[in-house]
Amino acid sequence: MSVGEAVSHESAIGHVTGAALYTDDLVGRYPGCLHAWPVQVLHAHARVRAVDARAARAMDGVVAVLDASCVPGVNDVGAAKLDETLFPDEIVYWGQPVVWVLAETEEQAKRAALAVAVDVEPLAAITSIEQAIEAESFHAEPKTIARGDAEGALSRARHVASGELFVGGQEHFYLETHASIASVDEAGSVLVQSSTQHPTETQEIVARVLALPKNQVVVQSLRMGGAFGGKETQANTFAAVAAIGCHVTGRPVRVRLDRMRDFALSGKRHPFLGRYRIGFDDDGRVEAFDLALYSDGGYSLDLSVPVLYRALFHADNAYFLPHVRVVGRVCKTNSCSHTAFRGFGGPQGMIMIEDALDRVARSLGLAPHAVREANLYREGHTTHYEQPVSQADRVARIWTELKASSDFDARLAAVRAHNAGSPNAKRGLAITPVKFGISFTAKWYNQAGALVLVYKDGSVQVSHGGTEMGQGLHTKMQQVAAFTLGVPLAAVRVMPTRTDKVPNTSATAASSGADLNGAAIRAACETLRERLASVAARLLQVDPGELVFARGEVGRRDGKGARLPFAEVASRAYYDRVQLSATGYYRTPGLHFDEASGRGHPFHYFAYGAAVAEVEIDRFTGMYALRRVDLLHDVGDSLSPLVDRGQVEGGFAQGVGWLTQEELVWAPDGRLATLNASTYKLPTLHECPEEMHVTLLPMATEPGVVYGSKAVGEPPFMLAFSVREALREAVAAFGEAPRVVELASPATAEQVYWAIERVTRAARAREEAAQ
Amino acid sequence: MASLRFTLNGREVDASGADPNTTLLAWLRERGLTGTKEGCAEGECGACAVVLVEPGPDGRARYVPVNSCLLLLASAAGREVLSVEGVAPGGALHPAQRAMVELGGSQCGYCTPGFVMSLFAEHYRPGRAEGGFDLEAIAGNLCRCTGYRPIRDAGRALPMVDAADPHAARLARPAPSPSALDYTAGARRFLRPTSLAEACVLRAAHPDARLVAGGTDLVVELNQRHARFETILSLEAVEELRCFEDARDALVIGAAVPLSEVEARVGGAPPLLGALFPLFSSRLIRNRATLGGNLATASPIGDSPPVLLALGAEVVAASARGERAIPLDAFFTGYRATALAPDELIARVRIPKPYPSIGRFYKVSKRVHDDISTVAAGFAIDLDEAGTVRAARLAYGGVAATPVRALEAEKALVGKPFGARAIEDAKAKAQGAFTPMTDQRGSAAYRAAMVTSLLDKLWADVGASR
Repeated sequence: MSVGEAVSHESAIGHVTGAALYTDDLVGRYPGCLHAWPVQVLHAHARVRAVDARAARAMDGVVAVLDASCVPGVNDVGAAKLDETLFPDEIVYWGQPVVWVLAETEEQAKRAALAVAVDVEPLAAITSIEQAIEAESFHAEPKTIARGDAEGALSRARHVASGELFVGGQEHFYLETHASIASVDEAGSVLVQSSTQHPTETQEIVARVLALPKNQVVVQSLRMGGAFGGKETQANTFAAVAAIGCHVTGRPVRVRLDRMRDFALSGKRHPFLGRYRIGFDDDGRVEAFDLALYSDGGYSLDLSVPVLYRALFHADNAYFLPHVRVVGRVCKTNSCSHTAFRGFGGPQGMIMIEDALDRVARSLGLAPHAVREANLYREGHTTHYEQPVSQADRVARIWTELKASSDFDARLAAVRAHNAGSPNAKRGLAITPVKFGISFTAKWYNQAGALVLVYKDGSVQVSHGGTEMGQGLHTKMQQVAAFTLGVPLAAVRVMPTRTDKVPNTSATAASSGADLNGAAIRAACETLRERLASVAARLLQVDPGELVFARGEVGRRDGKGARLPFAEVASRAYYDRVQLSATGYYRTPGLHFDEASGRGHPFHYFAYGAAVAEVEIDRFTGMYALRRVDLLHDVGDSLSPLVDRGQVEGGFAQGVGWLTQEELVWAPDGRLATLNASTYKLPTLHECPEEMHVTLLPMATEPGVVYGSKAVGEPPFMLAFSVREALREAVAAFGEAPRVVELASPATAEQVYWAIERVTRAARAREEAAQ
Repeated sequence: MASLRFTLNGREVDASGADPNTTLLAWLRERGLTGTKEGCAEGECGACAVVLVEPGPDGRARYVPVNSCLLLLASAAGREVLSVEGVAPGGALHPAQRAMVELGGSQCGYCTPGFVMSLFAEHYRPGRAEGGFDLEAIAGNLCRCTGYRPIRDAGRALPMVDAADPHAARLARPAPSPSALDYTAGARRFLRPTSLAEACVLRAAHPDARLVAGGTDLVVELNQRHARFETILSLEAVEELRCFEDARDALVIGAAVPLSEVEARVGGAPPLLGALFPLFSSRLIRNRATLGGNLATASPIGDSPPVLLALGAEVVAASARGERAIPLDAFFTGYRATALAPDELIARVRIPKPYPSIGRFYKVSKRVHDDISTVAAGFAIDLDEAGTVRAARLAYGGVAATPVRALEAEKALVGKPFGARAIEDAKAKAQGAFTPMTDQRGSAAYRAAMVTSLLDKLWADVGASR
């Protein structure tokens, strides 16, 4: 029994002892390794007239200054299309590197980078979504998903409200910044150690810039110190620089960004602007929702279209919207290229309906939780793209169970009583749901391969296409392999992810790592188990179908008769000339979506959850505290409960950061003013409430997914909406109810303060008018 | 040149030849000790935490976790350093490591060595009770994966110290204290005198030298802005700068006393200082940062100036010419500029007694802990027996180019019964008194609003308790 067991992370001992190695920890293993440092241009948009690196080349330790002339292949690292020039003659975002210096030490490279003179002609820059809309600067055609007649339903609706919400981006702030080391191996092919979530794509880009066939490039992603989507495409650039440097010098080359350069150079969660109208009846039931979404894609296309699509797909969150129209556009701006980040546009789509429903409730004088509940999906409903909401009963089941376990009704009364007697500190309590579609919307990504090797001593190596970034994928994969083969966990070793083990892999993204790779590993292990069963059956003189593999032994299902150690069966299989390696493959069935009609079945299934949060706000500063959190989340039959709980809590915390204090501030000239940890504030321990109740939904088998489990990486992120909505409840309590609460996102203390000012100013104005 | 030696994980190491601008973190990693990670290089994340064996306020040895990204290698000279590789040399996990493994405290593992070092130090904290865990112990460590709950649980699961624990045995012997050092590598020099007289002579001889104590500000310049210093004059070994005297007429705090030690020694008094420390950066920083440094850097958003201004503190500056007292009111002369002469250094800070009868410190920031203030305020009000304001000092950070007092607002309070009326008068004077700016921490309008809103908060807090 290892699937479903609460085991520690497979590298936990390496983590706590410091023995677990990350890409940049390998530098000492590459004698003669050179260090690369970027020469950055501090303009958001400029033409490069000249780069004078003569002084730099003459400096101590400088070996090369990499520019476009060093690229044997294509001078472009764009993942979606060729729109990311590696060594550019036009600067398209603030801080973009124009050339890279290679030197014997990092210190020498940094010093020389400062000595490179770059002559530029500044050009007009587009630095916001509004400016892009004004200038009609877009990356792609508008995307639309619609059902029914939103316009007609809005005109017939008893009530219509409208709103606009800008929701800020988010820096991934993986603790490990981007790192790559490129070297030439003994066969002359390029080996790139890269902190990448997508080794196959990194391999492709390296092959592209070096003009090599892919079989001459091997990429290894050992493990990452966090990624969260920020290393899905973004790692390619740095791997390419290292590979080109290695090509030019014949020596190993290391690229490792410090935090400030990681902030400046790598893309973030897309900021979004949403404008909506919502039509509803007297009970707050939604009749129509018309939403326009604009995302800030930054300078290049990258993943912006699928991110936008996921926002459109999730404009409903967990609510039935009879008539809908959602239209989205990707703005092209002079900013770093925004990219994947946990939720992948889903959060930015979902926040709009949450914003709207609170508005509906307050404009009717109803409780927001009641309005949300009235609109939840029920059995038989379909989404706005006409996919049936599978297991829709879980939405209501989770809602009801969480309201009971969190003592919601009694606490709501207690909060109101507290607020009545507390003029300067108000509390708010809110409950919000999550529904999240699982599958890559790029259909071809929904496949995975695995390679499983059994050795004569019964020990097992597993290679698969997924990368480990802390999410516990390797732990789960170890459990799946051990369980399927019936061996102890310790007998299975999950190998570092390499492109020469499993080819043409998908990014480890979209929460799909365990679903896809787990199914492939299971398939490979089942193949091996069948082969071993026929060997064991001969030895035990029983029918193979009667055999079970468990606890490192093979024996009869009924427990009778002799049992053979797994190792002995493996050894016998070898001498019997039975193949002890197998590949496994999986593709998700049943996926389709038609862009033109906006109809289809893009998701294999949905993950569900709900959260209750309670906050308290200080009237004088707008500062607040999270007092208590209750989370109930559906992970199917958990493959690994300790890992899954970690994903639920960690995702929630990251979502809270996004919605509250993680504020990216861009100066009008396009410079990111929050470029480091002292200006960009992640949650600390203090933001983790002392009272935190986390439950995985019991009895939640998901048919058609490996061992009945469900994806868990992204969905819990959006449980954090409960915190934002609780803040709005508390803000409202400072004014006179009912009153719509406009609250910017992220809801920093300052923004909460202004929100309170708005509701109290209105109350004061009414008081004065009455006198 | 003297050599640069220290004890690392129980063994003497020689780091001679390293540039005095090198950080301990960079040196450890280059040496192949890659367990210690760089997360931010400015003391915000704690991924680089290591532990020093230092004398505590009681003189006994204790483990003190610090950010190795902000610790100059030369500052480690003569000291004892433990990195994550030295925690469990025998192979069996340390209790702090075991708790992290068993409770799911690591996900990606990159911040984990730093947490382990903070938990390690907490494990041996004098006076720690069974199950007792000071949350401050890990308040300077950032984790992006877990949401902290399992790490907090790991802290609470720490067992009592085992009698046979070799790390505990180490604490029975005295800790090394930083010794005199004159270290040169290439053209660069690191000087660490042990007496104030020597320090003053060196200061006069090297007017271009940069002064360093804890390094929590200076080394950020080095890491983030690629500053390189030719001469560094370290003050942390100067005996006179480590004084702490709670006298009848004043509290005197040496300029180089680490803030954690100040925190432990002052307890709750004076009232403002007690409120300051939990909000002043993080324990990892406070273990190195000093009052002298926080004042000399003269940041308009430093946390201690509003408190010390409100308390009427003065700075005692020393030079080879002698000592002089500078009222803090006159100390900040402009943006990041002070009244110190080129040959002067801060010897100590003197806080006069009696303390004000009412004192409050408020810090407005995006994040409650481990953040730099948007606006900070130190308010000190003295009342007579009838409740009339005898004296008032209202000081702010984050609203002007220097930390400032709202002098007109203070005058509006004096001579009036302390109450809502007087506060309204003070607000009227404070309103518009400053022209704060907009930056990434907050807008000018918000900062301006805080100037008066914090006076409302003062009255709400004090009025309620009176």
